[in-house]
Amino acid sequence: MSADRPESPQSEAQPAQPAKTADPAEAPEPSRWHNVFREITTGNAIISVLAVVLALIVGAVMIAFTNKDVQAASVYFFARPGDMLAAIWDSVAGAYSALFQGSIYNFRRPGFADGIKPFTETLTFATPLIAAGLGVALGFRVGLFNIGGRGQMLIAAALGGWVGFALDLPPVLHMVVALLVGIAGGALWAGIVGLLKARTGAHEVITTIMLNYVAFYLVSYWLREGFLKTPGSNNPKSPATKATAVFPDLLGPEYNLHFGFILVIAATVFAWWLLSRSNLGFKFRAVGENPNAARVAGISVKRMYVYAMLLSGGLIGLAGVNQVLGTTTSGFGAGIDSGIGFDAITVALLGRSRPWGVFIAGILFGAFKAGGFSMQAAEGVPIDIVLVVQSLIVLFIAAPPLVRAIFRLPSPDTVRRATPSVTKEVAAK
Amino acid sequence: MSTVAPVSRPTEPHQPPPGPAVGLIRNWKTPVALGVFSILAFVLLVVFGREGVSTMRLSTASDVIQLPDVHLPTRETGIVITILLFAITAVSFWLVVQRRKTPIWLISIFAVLALVGFLVWAAADATIPVPGLLFGSLSLAVPLIFGALGGVISERVGVVNVAIEGQLLAGAFTSALVASITGQPLLGLLAAMVAGMLVSFVLAAFSIKYFVDQVIVGVVLNVLVTGLTGFLFSQLLAPNAATLNAPPRFERIDIPILSEIPILGPVLFRQTLIVYLMYIAIAAVYIGIFHTRWGLRLRAVGEHPQAADTVGINVNSTRFWNVSLAGAIAGLGGAYFTLGSVGAFGKEMTAGAGFIALAAVIFGRWDPIRATLAALLFGFASNLQNVLSIIGSPVPSEFMLMLPYLVTIFAVAGLVGQSRGPAASGKPYIKS
Repeated sequence: MSADRPESPQSEAQPAQPAKTADPAEAPEPSRWHNVFREITTGNAIISVLAVVLALIVGAVMIAFTNKDVQAASVYFFARPGDMLAAIWDSVAGAYSALFQGSIYNFRRPGFADGIKPFTETLTFATPLIAAGLGVALGFRVGLFNIGGRGQMLIAAALGGWVGFALDLPPVLHMVVALLVGIAGGALWAGIVGLLKARTGAHEVITTIMLNYVAFYLVSYWLREGFLKTPGSNNPKSPATKATAVFPDLLGPEYNLHFGFILVIAATVFAWWLLSRSNLGFKFRAVGENPNAARVAGISVKRMYVYAMLLSGGLIGLAGVNQVLGTTTSGFGAGIDSGIGFDAITVALLGRSRPWGVFIAGILFGAFKAGGFSMQAAEGVPIDIVLVVQSLIVLFIAAPPLVRAIFRLPSPDTVRRATPSVTKEVAAK
Repeated sequence: MSTVAPVSRPTEPHQPPPGPAVGLIRNWKTPVALGVFSILAFVLLVVFGREGVSTMRLSTASDVIQLPDVHLPTRETGIVITILLFAITAVSFWLVVQRRKTPIWLISIFAVLALVGFLVWAAADATIPVPGLLFGSLSLAVPLIFGALGGVISERVGVVNVAIEGQLLAGAFTSALVASITGQPLLGLLAAMVAGMLVSFVLAAFSIKYFVDQVIVGVVLNVLVTGLTGFLFSQLLAPNAATLNAPPRFERIDIPILSEIPILGPVLFRQTLIVYLMYIAIAAVYIGIFHTRWGLRLRAVGEHPQAADTVGINVNSTRFWNVSLAGAIAGLGGAYFTLGSVGAFGKEMTAGAGFIALAAVIFGRWDPIRATLAALLFGFASNLQNVLSIIGSPVPSEFMLMLPYLVTIFAVAGLVGQSRGPAASGKPYIKS
């Protein structure tokens, strides 16, 4: 199945370019300004920026149309159009400035230390997104679609959390043990999927979805009457993590940003090294590009599937442990994953499955998450708008021709000339 | 595709003995899987067997033909069923030794027996209302079946449809809105189809025109629809629930004679219009895909677009319109949430049904009938725990809830194994 369905987005995120038929030698030498202009307008950066702008515009339209003041003013639009335009401006500007002030910098607070606090929130929200996004991205690079982030996070959080509240160990050691146990839990949970795929060919999309539910009910049971239960409490909630296992704060107690962010940077470096510099990563990519060719080249495809799932689950496990040792240290319930396992898929897609791309995408999504909450609180705009904007960004970035068409940018591979439509038998293969 | 291509029957005289689907390689997977299930049944039904009498109620009060309740001694029934399960496993082993395949009906009998054994075990000194159990299962399976049918069509034509969840959710939202405003559930149904189609349009446009990876578009569309419906729900539907989110529901229609069939009649033929549409849709999709020109073209485009193009089929427009059709069908499934079962729209009310439907598509090996059966299995398993939690099940409820998913994993690993989708599914067709 995976053999003939490439699920590695990076191979198709860039649209397959039609065969270039234009001969550059024939074209007259364009001016230098023209070249610079072309480079800017056809580059990837401009597409990304415009994609964000487009998505924000769509979001603005939605905010404006559903705003009560705008609706009220629209009744007498033809009598006093200014009222409606002002209402639109108020609703959109209010929402987006709340989004900005909730995620980057709050101008209303005195001093830089207070004003920058939202940005540290952004990084805190970004931490698990990046870790889980790296896990999903790693899977994509090997041609595996790991939708099981939820289950892997839950198992990792349960096991890491258990070490965190049940064992008595010296400060640093306790944290490290909890971290490693949690990561191992996530890795093994995903490893089941890899093993099943390697041994029986069971499709990973089915098994990861199913294991999500299994993990959820398993953790619910553990919380209700298993080893995660708080003694003497009927709440399905675990005891609080002991102070010896909690991630230290990076910027002092008034900020939520914790050591997990450093771990995630390390994980990004690790993933980058693994995929681009290591022997194993080369095999991973070979399997992801073409499993049949990889098999012919002597790579054990099945073993790569198992290793990839283990590593992917380990990274997602890091996100799970991060939740219980860093973000929610006062005890956790069965919803500790808070949808990050699924968000991670979008993060990985936006980052085009490249480790540093995922890192940046994670921070962007973290900003949306942090800002979305403050937008909801301050302006009453439901946080769901953030989902809309996020998904539109991914869609637009994935389809550069669409963005170019909307903004009438030149295409990178057309030198304006009618290209003869030559049918190539070779290309059709 | 094993389901499409005729099984290559040996023609040479020196080939092994005749019989359906003779394989040259002994494949031990099925008997081993059956053996594992048999041992599990032995442990549960015999070792941990429970004393008492299990009662199965077969009729509802409104039936014309009243069947008496069936009383089964729990432990003895368990022993008999375990013996039967082992017998089937032995037959399966024997068949493999004879280099033959275990027929699908034998596996089905095995599954039904195992299920009955489990039900009897769980219902020691209690009563299981069988019609209620089946009725609830079908209700839970309806959106899954519609979603799975949409998935089958879409994947058969070569576009991976991860957006089933989005299509269901869009259908549920739009049908609730339109039916509430107009007061006509039929219009709601139409609107649901249109909404599902719109989601499909985006999927088709991005994957066919812009060559974006289909899995990306699907995943992102799910997020997009979740966000859109959630946003509009909070902004519009929740404040004006009485006018915008109170859809009238379809009435149940009794089919005159069929609904009086014992056990199955009330389950299958006292349903709403949507469910009857579902029966038609299953048959239509099955016949359409395998026995019409449309289906042949659709499969050709999904398996080998170059070849299809060569004989003059317009690959991209075939894909576009069939993906849209798939969206319309999945949208109907979404309408069932609001017009059939729940009533009002709720945020993220599909709750992952689209992903289960996707699993049913793969589980059913891209075949409409098998996918329907897989969806029914999921529906049954989800409903089983509802019923068991009412009669008080002996195992913690979490494990009951887990069961369907565990069974699926075992079944996929043990019985289905390597599933191969349509060859060109997921690949954009670039005509050069």
